[in-house]
Amino acid sequence: MALKPCTATTKEAKVASPNLPVLKERGQREVFCGLTGIVWLHRKMQDAFFLVVGSRTCAHLIQSAAGVMIFAEPRFGTAILGDRDLAGLADANDELERVVAQLLGRRPDIKTLFLVGSCPSEVIKLDLATAAEKLNREYFPQTRILNYSGSGIETTFTQGEDACLGSMVPVLPEKETDEPALMVVGSLADVVEDQFQRLFDRLGVGPVSFFPPRRAAELPEVGKGTKLLVAQPFLSETVRSLLHRGAELLPAPYPFGIEGTTAWLRAAADVWGIGGQAFEEAIAPAVSRAETGLARYRETLNGRKAFFFPDSQLEIPLARFLSRECGMELTEVGTPYIDRMLMDAEIALLPEGTALAEGQDVERQLDRCREAHPDITVCGLGLANPLEAEGMSTKWSIELVFSPLHGYDQAADLAELFARPTERRRRLSV
Amino acid sequence: MELTLWTYEGPPHVGAMRVATSMEQVHYVIHAPQGDTYADLLFTMIERRDRRPPVTYTTFQARDLGGDTAEMVKTSVQDAYDRFQPQVMLVGESCTAELIQDQPGALAQGMNLPVPVVNLELPAYSKKENWGASETLYHLIRTLLLPLVPEPGFQRPERDPQVRPKANILGPTALGFRCRDDIQEVIKLLGEVGVDANVVAPLGATPDDIRRMPDADFNISLYPEISNTVCSWLERSFKQPTVKTVPLGVGATRDFIQEIGDVTGIDVGAVLVRSRSDTLGNWSASRITSTEAPGASRLPWYSRSVDSTYLTGKRVFIFGDATHVLAAARITTEELGFTLVGIGTYSRKFARQVRALAKEHDLEAVITDDYLAVEAAVAEAAPELVLGTQMERHIAKRLGLPCAVISTPIHVQDVPARYSPQMGWEGANVIFDDWVHPLMMGLEEHLIGMFRDDFEFAEGHMSHLHTAAESNSADMEKAVEVAIAAEEQAKPAESAPEEESGVTWAPSGLAELKKIPFFVRGKVKRNTEKFAQGLGITEITVDTLYEAKARIGK
Repeated sequence: MALKPCTATTKEAKVASPNLPVLKERGQREVFCGLTGIVWLHRKMQDAFFLVVGSRTCAHLIQSAAGVMIFAEPRFGTAILGDRDLAGLADANDELERVVAQLLGRRPDIKTLFLVGSCPSEVIKLDLATAAEKLNREYFPQTRILNYSGSGIETTFTQGEDACLGSMVPVLPEKETDEPALMVVGSLADVVEDQFQRLFDRLGVGPVSFFPPRRAAELPEVGKGTKLLVAQPFLSETVRSLLHRGAELLPAPYPFGIEGTTAWLRAAADVWGIGGQAFEEAIAPAVSRAETGLARYRETLNGRKAFFFPDSQLEIPLARFLSRECGMELTEVGTPYIDRMLMDAEIALLPEGTALAEGQDVERQLDRCREAHPDITVCGLGLANPLEAEGMSTKWSIELVFSPLHGYDQAADLAELFARPTERRRRLSV
Repeated sequence: MELTLWTYEGPPHVGAMRVATSMEQVHYVIHAPQGDTYADLLFTMIERRDRRPPVTYTTFQARDLGGDTAEMVKTSVQDAYDRFQPQVMLVGESCTAELIQDQPGALAQGMNLPVPVVNLELPAYSKKENWGASETLYHLIRTLLLPLVPEPGFQRPERDPQVRPKANILGPTALGFRCRDDIQEVIKLLGEVGVDANVVAPLGATPDDIRRMPDADFNISLYPEISNTVCSWLERSFKQPTVKTVPLGVGATRDFIQEIGDVTGIDVGAVLVRSRSDTLGNWSASRITSTEAPGASRLPWYSRSVDSTYLTGKRVFIFGDATHVLAAARITTEELGFTLVGIGTYSRKFARQVRALAKEHDLEAVITDDYLAVEAAVAEAAPELVLGTQMERHIAKRLGLPCAVISTPIHVQDVPARYSPQMGWEGANVIFDDWVHPLMMGLEEHLIGMFRDDFEFAEGHMSHLHTAAESNSADMEKAVEVAIAAEEQAKPAESAPEEESGVTWAPSGLAELKKIPFFVRGKVKRNTEKFAQGLGITEITVDTLYEAKARIGK
């Protein structure tokens, strides 16, 4: 597979890609909206607060999606629109200013406040960009106000992170020199970030910045010489905005499993001219650990059939991992949407004839799933228990977004997540 | 616009989903954008339901908005009908669809489907979940029963005394608090007095069951937030009286039986006497081998048992839906001997009753759906036990207080595998256990009180039955102060902040203060300072502290 650096900024970005048939479906989608990203983003950036401007449904969604609610006071909230706001009796901008003042009065520690648009705020065309601009005049530099939309009419689940990071790109400081610098794009668990940092240090790749940063006020710089290594497959708009800022994309598969992680690191190492033995030596200890860990689960997973319902955009990279490193068969790989620029390197690694599905009609997909009777079905929590009750083994997909699964040292953990339902069934006699 | 961190209630269409999911052969089509399907997992995860809720979402996206979203509604309704073949369809919209005004309910009614279609108009920007459930239940039942409503002036014929009276049990829903088990208890109570259950709805009912509802002699409004509206319509239309007492707690269960006696003309005297006659403290062979329900609760005897004297005057704070809060106030004060130090509800519709009850206890009710206001009220009241929703479980954990959940909203751990009703005799038993066990036991408490300095007593040490929070007491004391301070800051500055007033603590007074359990320390501190200020004392010594204690009491 020949992966060339790509600096194109349009959707026509040409990367060699195989011609896999894709089933495109429309109908009921059993997926979260982009607001859900707040559940991890508000923990990732410790000085940021997410204020959804929306309805009671939005507030209820986020707290339900968070599942086990977090005991600490959340760094997110909802400005719930009421009848008065909709009837125009209250000026939405004045109301928003009042709520923001109330919020920042309570939480003066907040350095970045995201105003997050929702379905209702989009439909009534509430201009959050102008609102943010106006609020910035009052609060910046103590607090920076940014805005993005996490609405379900525009974003699905992980696209919320894309929209959030995208809103930060314009305020990233301009890179001062043209020297190459690596930027890892996409939220990673802190522990994974530290592992990658150590690997880049061993390789001699640097300086390295991570975007998003752990503190929203400590923004990484971007500009000519910035090399983008994308860690999450759902950052289409963010990556395009970064390209506009002069960065260069290093196309690579995503760092899931040994193969994905190696290819991902190699994309960076190549730019720094580190290849051959030096590269192999730097990664060898981690690869060997990962192989040992993975072997245990490959036995369980080998030859079993997996079926993916669309959810987080991680479906294609994970399917690639399960197929190539765990020996699983892919009966259907459903994903909310396919962005060729960010996905071609992954699609190229899928076995020939893999049934890809884009979008969803959940009832028809359930019919196909029942028909295929896979050994493991990857799906959202709304479907998991009902499918289990029908005798199907499931892996709920949200855990794949909420767990540290990137990189060598998590490769076995990733496989274990898929092996666990099988192992559980083996243990239970009731 | 209203700033919300956690919400006690979801939007009204989630209430409608609770009704639809409760029933069989009903399907609900919601005109809603992508993402609103999140609500499915409330049922499949919190209640571990083994089927998807019977709900179809149109899932429109931005690109559909310029086109024909009304056509999407019709397609979704037709597809859902063809696939699921329900006997009744509910059609409505979520908050976003309300803005685009496709009027899905009316559209669906115009499609000439061979089944009744209920048009659910649930204003998402002014109403909430329980109201949505109540309206849905009312409209669903009304739609199905309207053809059966008798002429005005109809009088119910006298019941043949040879025929056992029948009751409809209305209100239990999916995602309600312990509804599954409460139904069993209520049916047992009815059996004790010789009444048959006619229809239970919505939980477990089919549309055909609903059509049988007029056969009942009376209705039981088991969860007033959800069932009062439909019960009053049934009362008007079918002249079925409503039993309004909710049998939560021993006293209320007796009142419930009495009210059924009044409504049916059955003599319930013997049943009431039996409920008082036995301590259930005797484990004779005949008792332990009998499968008969005893017709009484162990709560009264357990409460009188001497080991329970330590429960006397335990300070309790209660918050939740109005039904469970009103019941909990009665149980804690009359049946467990606690002292009510705070009470409130998020059910604004029932605020009047809760306020009246609070007044009886010289309290001001907390009527709010702002979780932070509740947290501040809990911190201020310094209770020894919090009874609330899963939000209060969080609050209590943060403040280092024992807590039991008594009301929705709930989490997965509040849907136990074991039989654990709240209503009736067994419900009272469950309540005794669940509300007393989080507390520190009598002698344990004395030992900790006497030898607080023992290095093995962690501060904030609680009952051996209660999982103490992990953080240390200094953190919790701080959490209390922060909660109160934040809320005071958030309040409009109507009164000038209290002067520091020049009152200081002498080292001896401060040392003694430290010996007071941390969860009441803040309260004692404030009370003592107020006491000192009133007397013009500028330095608080050990003596001042005890003077204040003597005047103010525990």
